[in-house]
Amino acid sequence: MHNVLQQLVNGLSLGGIYALIALGYTMVYGIIELINFAHGDVYTLGTFFSLAILGLLGVSNQLHGTPLVIDVAITVIGAMILCGLVGVVIERFAYRPLRNAPRLAPLITAIGVSFILENVMQLWRGPSPVPFPQVFPNPAWVVGGIEIQAKQMMVILFAIVMMVALQLFIYNTKLGKAMRATAQDRDAAQLMGINVNATIALTFLIGSALAGAAGFVSGVYYQSTWFFNGFNAGLKAFTAAVLGGIGNLAGAMLGGFLIGLIEALANLFPNGNQWSNVVVFSVLVLVLIFRPSGLLGESLPEKV
Amino acid sequence: MHGLDAHYGRIQALSGISIRVEESEIVTLIGANGAGKTTTLRAISGLVRPSRGEITFGGRSILRNSPDHTVRAGIGHSPEGRRVFARMSVRENLELGAFTRDAKGEIAGDLAYVLKTFPRLQERLEQKAGTLSGGEQQMLAMGRALMSRPKLLMLDEPSLGLSPLLVATIFAVIKEINARGTTILLVEQNARQALQIAVRGYVLEVGKITHEDSGANLMASPAVQAAYLGGAA
Ligand SMILES: Nc1ncnc2c1ncn2[C@@H]1O[C@H](COP(=O)(O)OP(=O)(O)OP(=O)(O)O)[C@@H](O)[C@H]1O
Ligand SMILES: [Mg+2]
Repeated sequence: MHNVLQQLVNGLSLGGIYALIALGYTMVYGIIELINFAHGDVYTLGTFFSLAILGLLGVSNQLHGTPLVIDVAITVIGAMILCGLVGVVIERFAYRPLRNAPRLAPLITAIGVSFILENVMQLWRGPSPVPFPQVFPNPAWVVGGIEIQAKQMMVILFAIVMMVALQLFIYNTKLGKAMRATAQDRDAAQLMGINVNATIALTFLIGSALAGAAGFVSGVYYQSTWFFNGFNAGLKAFTAAVLGGIGNLAGAMLGGFLIGLIEALANLFPNGNQWSNVVVFSVLVLVLIFRPSGLLGESLPEKV
Repeated sequence: MHGLDAHYGRIQALSGISIRVEESEIVTLIGANGAGKTTTLRAISGLVRPSRGEITFGGRSILRNSPDHTVRAGIGHSPEGRRVFARMSVRENLELGAFTRDAKGEIAGDLAYVLKTFPRLQERLEQKAGTLSGGEQQMLAMGRALMSRPKLLMLDEPSLGLSPLLVATIFAVIKEINARGTTILLVEQNARQALQIAVRGYVLEVGKITHEDSGANLMASPAVQAAYLGGAA
């Protein structure tokens, strides 16, 4: 029992990272029906950008007090902006020219962009794992025999704050409404006076910025990364998005946390970590058999 | 708005169409299925790029305008098939209609006007648009287009699929909107009623204008009667 609770804590923090990445998949799919395979690599870029910014700030060790707050804020915001811009550039040059092409074309392009990003990162930081400094003090609390590390709390809190902010933006601002309208009917959105190119670019900006934030968080959490990190994490986050109902923001968050939990609980079994992918994808297959639109997916038929 | 002049030469859909709509007129465009009526409106909005020709609005070329610029220039378009945002509430749909505007007070005033005109929408304000009946969706599409406070309002078959009572309401509303100073370009299958309220009308056949006259003259024309009004009136 105590092990189960421990894995629940681990799973929630893992899930927070997946959830942040899954949001980008689901936002992009919602607005242009593209599975942006390069998204996982944007997440890895987020970790490398964070490393680079920490390097520029001269941070290589634990921080405390005001410098902690300031340097972390600069790093997170910097990584988010840089990743957001990368996302916008990818959309502008790789996907927009193919917007009216058959669906397969942008999909293949997305895989190509993924390879490009991976190779660029390999050239930049080499093929081996790169350590990430332990910037946060990481005290651990033992509650009822369960160890909760500060960084785990941070990951979960951070993910939740980001999600709430995103939700507020999407549902309460004019630009958020423009994004939802564009996702539902692009032509009709244009007839409202919405600039759909700008709106789609904004979607990539936000989705990629969230991946950048996830990249920072993951650096802090795992204390290392490597150029190929986004492949596996991206696949799991994409699975999370599908599990929750692709195109649905709340679904992506729910799916992210669920995938994290499933993966962590799989660790309870002997050699469980080697089986975690099998378990995660089996759950996905089962959910899709019984609920093809995902857990929170819309089963509302679109009236035309 | 001074006038609108359009010529296009698009692969068969439209060939050399010229239409003129003067300020505060109601002009109607009638024609059989596939004649190119919807395409004409889409070209004006910028959703379809004409391969040849010119479109001007208020003396300025809007040929190369993207659709959002066309809206900002003052042209509202209630598209064929209603195209309401199904997963958004009626209120959100109407708010999106005013997307290009900033003056909160004026928007609230226009919202009140739309809701007064279509009391049914008032009752369903927080309901998802996708759950409205076809006729209610049509009212919403029209109301939404009005929310941009257009100088020219283009309506693509606003009476499609509506009960006779509702058709009468819609046509009364079109006249009222026009009386308040909005120019109307109306595409209709319901040729008789459209010609009754229109100052002028155009008949479109396979991408070409075949007749152009006052509404009354078109109604009296034997050719138009035979083809679009189901025989002698
Ligand atoms: N997206 C498109 N791709 C190819 N052809 C199209 C497209 N849209 C319209 N067309 C063709 O252009 C022609 C004109 O179509 P349009 O929709 O303008 O007709 P319409 O007069 O509005 O007809 P209806 O009364 O049935 O609405 C038709 O032959 C149609 O098949
Ligand atoms: Mg049509």
